[in-house]
Amino acid sequence: KCKTLTMAEEVKLYGTWSSPFSRRIELALKLKGVPFEYIEEDLSNKSPELLKYNPAHKKIPVLVHNSKPIAESQVILEYIDEIWNNNPILPQDPYQRAMARFWGKFIDEKVLATRMKANFAEGKERELVTEEFFQQMEFLENELNGKDFFGGETIGFVDIVAIVVAIWFPLTQEVLGVDTFTEEKFPVLFKWIRKITEIDVVNECRPPREKHLAYVKARIEDLKSASK
Amino acid sequence: MADEVILLDFWPSMFGMRVRIALAEKGVKYEYKEEDLKNKSPLLLQMNPVHKKIPVLIHNGRPVCESSIIVQYIDEVWKDKAPLLPSDRYQRAQARFWVDFIDKKMYDASTKTWTTEGEEQEAAKKEFFEALKTLEGQLGDKPFFGGDNFGYLDLSLIPFYYTYETFGKSSIEAECPKFKAWVKRCLQRETIAKALPDEKKVLEHASGMRKNLVLE
Repeated sequence: KCKTLTMAEEVKLYGTWSSPFSRRIELALKLKGVPFEYIEEDLSNKSPELLKYNPAHKKIPVLVHNSKPIAESQVILEYIDEIWNNNPILPQDPYQRAMARFWGKFIDEKVLATRMKANFAEGKERELVTEEFFQQMEFLENELNGKDFFGGETIGFVDIVAIVVAIWFPLTQEVLGVDTFTEEKFPVLFKWIRKITEIDVVNECRPPREKHLAYVKARIEDLKSASK
Repeated sequence: MADEVILLDFWPSMFGMRVRIALAEKGVKYEYKEEDLKNKSPLLLQMNPVHKKIPVLIHNGRPVCESSIIVQYIDEVWKDKAPLLPSDRYQRAQARFWVDFIDKKMYDASTKTWTTEGEEQEAAKKEFFEALKTLEGQLGDKPFFGGDNFGYLDLSLIPFYYTYETFGKSSIEAECPKFKAWVKRCLQRETIAKALPDEKKVLEHASGMRKNLVLE
């Protein structure tokens, strides 16, 4: 038995079809040609395995490699990149790596929260938070700086993390019927969105559109009725 | 070519402390620049336009921001001495996971413990100590979170010892004996003793913060 085969047999991903955090792990594994077993979690009824593998947060995604669990999507991405080093996701140079980690953190910790607030805030608060969101998008545009992708000529760590902006943001916007995040305002970002969503493996790892639309609609209805 | 290393920092910052410890462990010579957070320097605003926060490491003119990212950068650049992250890839992932846990679960709770009162403070203390207990479980019987050697997770957590010392001695809080022993071990290291400000100074600063928040 060769080692690669053993590894292939023991890679499991616990995730959900609609989560951008889960989908980014699928993408990383597919980019590297790593076969894996996918387990869909019902978050309203979490499996004993999930609770065992991620007791600290009880969240997906969780990667289980040879029975050892790793949680937190960006930690998982780095782990995958270190174990399977074909088609590297992170740069080799320490400074470029630091930059990639910085933008990844910025997206997950700042951009997502701001976007959520901007979608549901009202009046003056909405104005202010939307302005903050625009500033964040400008930072990202500047980072692209003439490159095809954040990773350069091919997609890398930041691109994989930023797919939430490329796919989830326009979709939510469509459901909400708003047009704050537009090509007019952010031509560089939208060019990147077009480029990245033309990539086959990216499209293999995105939620099916109609199902995703319906899901987001339902979630927004839940949120609206919960706040009344 | 000599390395030029500058650290923009604020002396009571727990995140700044992480970077100071990492630089000390590696024996890196650097220039320390104290920032007045009420009057941020043009350099800080230029080097960290996105967050405008300390710590910022400026290495040969290029800025690195976010303490966890800075420490990993330091480990990767000055790689010939005192490795901070584990060499085992799975252990590395675990160290990254737990530092993220500290930042998500402990920082806000710790801040609230210092800056709130009454029920809110009690809730924050509970949250802080629950997180600490979870982390203590990771320590097991090892001398350090990194195993035999002091490392990334150790230096990311040790700055929180002020919160533990100040609020952890009441009988209400669950005892964390392993954590206490680990703190003692850490404080015996010269690099840490030098990087951490005097406890009295920290307490004075914190009570100044509380006064500014006009807590009755």
